[in-house]
Amino acid sequence: MNIGKSVVIKGELNGSEDLTIEGQVEGKIELRQNVLTIGANGRIKAQVFAKSVVVLGEVTGNVTATEKVDIRDNGSVDGDIAAPRVAIAEGAHFRGSIDMQRAGGKPGESKPESKPVGTPATGQQPGAPATASR
Amino acid sequence: MLSDILRWGGKRPDPSANADEAAPRGEEPLVPSKALPKFLSALSNQDSPVLMDFGPVIGANVAFFGERLGCKLFIEDLFADYERHARAGTRANLPALLETRFRHADASVDGILCWDFFDFLDKPGAQTLAKQVARMLKPGGAVMGFFCTASSERAQFTKYEVVDETALRHRHHQGLGGAKQVLLNRDIIKMFDGLIVSDSFLLKSSTREILLRKKG
Repeated sequence: MNIGKSVVIKGELNGSEDLTIEGQVEGKIELRQNVLTIGANGRIKAQVFAKSVVVLGEVTGNVTATEKVDIRDNGSVDGDIAAPRVAIAEGAHFRGSIDMQRAGGKPGESKPESKPVGTPATGQQPGAPATASR
Repeated sequence: MLSDILRWGGKRPDPSANADEAAPRGEEPLVPSKALPKFLSALSNQDSPVLMDFGPVIGANVAFFGERLGCKLFIEDLFADYERHARAGTRANLPALLETRFRHADASVDGILCWDFFDFLDKPGAQTLAKQVARMLKPGGAVMGFFCTASSERAQFTKYEVVDETALRHRHHQGLGGAKQVLLNRDIIKMFDGLIVSDSFLLKSSTREILLRKKG
């Protein structure tokens, strides 16, 4: 599902399929079981809840994901992030807090797919918890 | 390939010519850290600690601390504030900003990564920030800071990327940088009122890595 560049939505957006937004959304977005992609043209002013969130455009508001938040190169987030895994690419903009606190599980107990810490941040590797840096 | 071939017949490059240029991404020097393992150890017993980072957001650090500590991380990029004030010619306003910048409650943060930001502050600014650090830190919390041993009229900012628990990669920061001033050990002890210096390491680079703790 794709929301195009010219589309402006004000209000609440719910769904049960993966969604890519290239337009503007103001309000609240809930895709709790799915992947939300904010495309390079996407401009979001909303609270976001999804399974995974990929940001290539701009998000102003808090982002909560049950799996992962991935801010790609030139992506921008102004708000607080809560997710077990967060990747912030070189050239991405982020301002806020990042909550990677695990409910239960002791610190240091990584998920099976997690890479060991200390992976050079030169490029994204499959399964790496976070990739490059700003 | 072509550049390699041309280099065979050309002059030897002058190593000093590129001394001030940033190393290519990922090839910056790795610098061992003695304080980082102590900092991590201080926080590892905390359940879901709250961490504050005075440096710019670095994806590798977010991953490292998130994976290692399962923490909540507040990015408070003070270097960006410094830069903004330096460009606007309002550096003198920085202490006042530092006084009001942090909205965090008293004793609400378990660990603070100051990196070398204190080196770039004058004494009033350093004292103001140190007071805020001591205010926000929880009892038992830890602060890690790097302090120079020689002042400098103009120094580049550095991005400190955590490679593993004993090493940092010193990456090029595109900011203006600024003057670095030496804070004597006694000044550091005095300005972090309520904290104690638990560990201090003098590295080969003449940087002092200092870990401060708030009494539990």
